[in-house]
Amino acid sequence: MTASSAFPPALVLILGGLLLPLLRGYARSIAILALPLLTVWLVWQLPDGVSLSARFLEYRLEVVKADALGRLFATIFAIMAFAGGLFALNQPRVAELAAASVYAGSAVGVALAGDLITLFVFWEIMAITSTLVVWSRGSENSYRASMRYLQVHLFGGVLLMAGIVAQVTDTGTIAFTAMTPSTPGTWLMLAGFLINAGAPPLSAWLPDAYPEASYSGTVFLSAFTTKAAVYVLLRGFPGAEILIYVGLYMMLYGIVYALLENDMRRILAYSIVNQVGFMVTGIGIGTEMALNGAAAHAFTHIIYKALLLMSAGSVLYMTGKRKCSDLGGLFQSMPLTTACGIIGALSISSFPLTSGFISKSMISQGAVDEQLAVAWFLLAAGTAGVFLHAGIKFPWFVFFQKDSGLRPPDPPLNMRLAMVLFSILCIGLGVWPQPLYALLPYPVEYAPYTVPHVVNMLQLLLFSGLAFFTMLPLMRRTLTITLDFDWFYRTLGKWVLDRAATLTGKALRRAETEARTWIGVLIGFVFRHHGPEGALARSVQAGSMVFWMIVLLGAYLVLYLV
Amino acid sequence: MSEGKHWLVRRRSIRVLWIVFVAVLAVLAVGDVVVYGHPYFGLDGTFAFYAWYGLLTCVVMILLAKAMGVLLKRKDTYYDGE
Repeated sequence: MTASSAFPPALVLILGGLLLPLLRGYARSIAILALPLLTVWLVWQLPDGVSLSARFLEYRLEVVKADALGRLFATIFAIMAFAGGLFALNQPRVAELAAASVYAGSAVGVALAGDLITLFVFWEIMAITSTLVVWSRGSENSYRASMRYLQVHLFGGVLLMAGIVAQVTDTGTIAFTAMTPSTPGTWLMLAGFLINAGAPPLSAWLPDAYPEASYSGTVFLSAFTTKAAVYVLLRGFPGAEILIYVGLYMMLYGIVYALLENDMRRILAYSIVNQVGFMVTGIGIGTEMALNGAAAHAFTHIIYKALLLMSAGSVLYMTGKRKCSDLGGLFQSMPLTTACGIIGALSISSFPLTSGFISKSMISQGAVDEQLAVAWFLLAAGTAGVFLHAGIKFPWFVFFQKDSGLRPPDPPLNMRLAMVLFSILCIGLGVWPQPLYALLPYPVEYAPYTVPHVVNMLQLLLFSGLAFFTMLPLMRRTLTITLDFDWFYRTLGKWVLDRAATLTGKALRRAETEARTWIGVLIGFVFRHHGPEGALARSVQAGSMVFWMIVLLGAYLVLYLV
Repeated sequence: MSEGKHWLVRRRSIRVLWIVFVAVLAVLAVGDVVVYGHPYFGLDGTFAFYAWYGLLTCVVMILLAKAMGVLLKRKDTYYDGE
């Protein structure tokens, strides 16, 4: 293992992102598009194993270490940075573009980190830069959401740091390898990873913060944090049984909350939790088939979720509206956006001939192989539910349903190109999955296109479509949000703190009054005895002193004589 | 009246779409007779399993969401004062 000094691919996007604000016009646009391409090229130049190491304290950091899994995630993160950058070329806020570039770069850094310390450094850069992406929209709401988001992620970072310290103390090595959650250190690390994946109970950070970013910011956000978490779970905790339960819960949580939601980008945000739930379940199942499925699903998910959020972002950009109850009928004037949104919706629903079909079904196959009946039935229900909340609900309420009277045209060229690019990838991977299968960490022996599989999937999806359209009156949009776990820190926590502040304020004031009274009494006492009139401080004349001396001596004489 | 509307939203087209949709559903469900899948867990070997299972679970999920909505839905200005 000879460590050469290759240039870390992550630094291209990180340093390039920091330089973006200095560039103007075409130079900036070229940089936004060229940096991710250069990153992909560098990632594919890396040989297997450690390419760059450094000394830190008494440890040897493996700053860049490549294998199939790391390369897969680094590649899709860079592709995402390219398409997201293309979509955001007309974004006037350069702070968002710079933050997004550093954010993408640090995600690449996580995917190629060979040790826990390097991993942690890039992990925290991701937390800060993603906060900046939310914050850079510049509204009061986005500022508040970004601060709540940052607190959750800093908490996750603290858990991860504590876990790493405990793990390094236990094992004496900083290597990032497969673990089982059995010691306090590994449990803490797992908790830190799961917070970023959007796992319960803190999953509300995701639908709270992501939809508060700008039309293009949310596209970036959808890709990196949760999928970097999927990556570290794949590498760190494959086959950890608890992940099956966590994943299945996330899957159903995402569906139910998305069904209740009115804001189009919050629907898609809940759907991220739902999709990551599928991946986490696959990681928990832990067979080569299921792990391949989770990795492949992360890859395809980044593409179709970004595509969905691009179509939602285009609608927001052109109309300024984000609530389903304000939208509808847009297919008439935004045909391309509608078509791309539908392709994304079909892909997330794992419709045959789209990318979701060739990735998600590998996770279900993993459940079959392990004879996990309950998990398999829930995964099937979840697949039907995805079509319900994202596959139909999103395009239906945004582009069809009632006519809102809005007639905006399709968005500018760069945004259209980004959507078309990702639409092509969604269908391309669905029709021709071999190139993706070749990138997966384990050899793939899976044929998605069998007649029963296609027929079964079409039955499952189209009959859930039937459920949607027959129960449409129950799905009517209302101007509501749905309370989630964040209520505990946004409302209950705030109330408790306000009460605590009032009570301690009162207590302090009472204590102060009491103290003043007693100090007054004390001062009075001292003054009475030691003040100018005090018995202990009266000035005494020399004559009276002599008199008292004579009295004392006289008394002494009398005592002596007696 | 409906002449000015986009063809997709005319009443007639919607009826045609429904007819096509139901026909496709019927073909898919009946297709189970011809297509031999291999059931993994028993229950999934029942007739048109994916069809009735998809429909049933979706109805359950919609009703579950509705029930949770009763408890947890708030006006979307709920957090505005914070």
